[in-house]
Amino acid sequence: MRRLGAALLALGVAASLDMGPHNWRTPSPSLAAEIPLAERRSGYAFMGRETRAMQDDDTANPGMLWVLDGATLWSKKAGAAGRACADCHGDAATSMKGVAARHPSFDAARGRPVTLEQRINLCRVERQEAPALAWESRDLLALTAFVARQSRGVPIDVAVDARVQPFLDAGRAAFHRRQGQVNLACSQCHDERWGQRLAGNVIPQAHPTGYPLYRLEWQSLGSLQRRLRNCLVGIRAEPYPFGAPELVELELYLMWRARGMPFEAPAVRP
Amino acid sequence: MARALVNVPARARRGEVVEIKTLIAHPMETGFRRTQLGEPIPRDIIQRFVCTYNGVEVFRADLHPAIAANPFIVFSTVATESGTLVFEWTGDHGFAVTQSAAITVE
Repeated sequence: MRRLGAALLALGVAASLDMGPHNWRTPSPSLAAEIPLAERRSGYAFMGRETRAMQDDDTANPGMLWVLDGATLWSKKAGAAGRACADCHGDAATSMKGVAARHPSFDAARGRPVTLEQRINLCRVERQEAPALAWESRDLLALTAFVARQSRGVPIDVAVDARVQPFLDAGRAAFHRRQGQVNLACSQCHDERWGQRLAGNVIPQAHPTGYPLYRLEWQSLGSLQRRLRNCLVGIRAEPYPFGAPELVELELYLMWRARGMPFEAPAVRP
Repeated sequence: MARALVNVPARARRGEVVEIKTLIAHPMETGFRRTQLGEPIPRDIIQRFVCTYNGVEVFRADLHPAIAANPFIVFSTVATESGTLVFEWTGDHGFAVTQSAAITVE
């Protein structure tokens, strides 16, 4: 069922691009089409009234169910060290404010950027001496959502310095690289054709302002990497595994591309 | 971890119609799906939602397999007197969650 949906989606891409201003077989002008800063819009702006209302009201936003779970986990002792997140970080409302808006951030020990999920797992393994949580597991999503919730309204600000620059460049290259059997680059939809339709859905600008977010289609909360893997399947490329360096670089580029936009996790998207 | 979010206005005037919003975490597995190996996934849904207001039932809903995960139920009732609203979700495999909220009627 999911495979059929992906195939239909991919067909939709090909069909709608054929009718677009460019023939989909001609190369797109690389890097030229980045969205001007003033024209950037969150996926929120492309949603219907009902879905916006769902995100705006904390008692209607299903993402808050994960945030509540995360709040419990925050103060629950775990691992051989017998420490909870709260034992080191204290009140998340102050200590975690803005943290999600700064990730992926550079990890000096690893010499590469890590996402918020990876940061949480690093803390678990190294400080709490507990086993790492699986990607997309309820507990990891809950903790990520709880931490991300503390950054609501904070402008996205990933730090880019000489150490991070090569990873950012790699992410940018991936965004503009044609991939998969459908031979599409992310930029062809999200830079060049945002606001147009893809099989009845409006193509957003791909600013990851609200992850982890509740997607109505998933009937669940999901991470940005889940979303990226979805897109890769849609263009019939083989998706990278969760936590792959390529996905982290892409995530880094997307967050940099959304710099200055307010963080809105946990968002709701159709 | 069963979680429910309930939104009831803390205060209301007597006779006022108040809106009540409830959200509960539940997978609402239909029972019609199969795993990749062809094994049927057993049904796991909430079957019934009941709201009582000072012991009197004011709202009840039967839920069915076609309802999406994490059911969000919004309804209204007339604020008659101060007291407690009790919300109860029951379903397959002994699923039972109870939550309550206080309302002050002036």
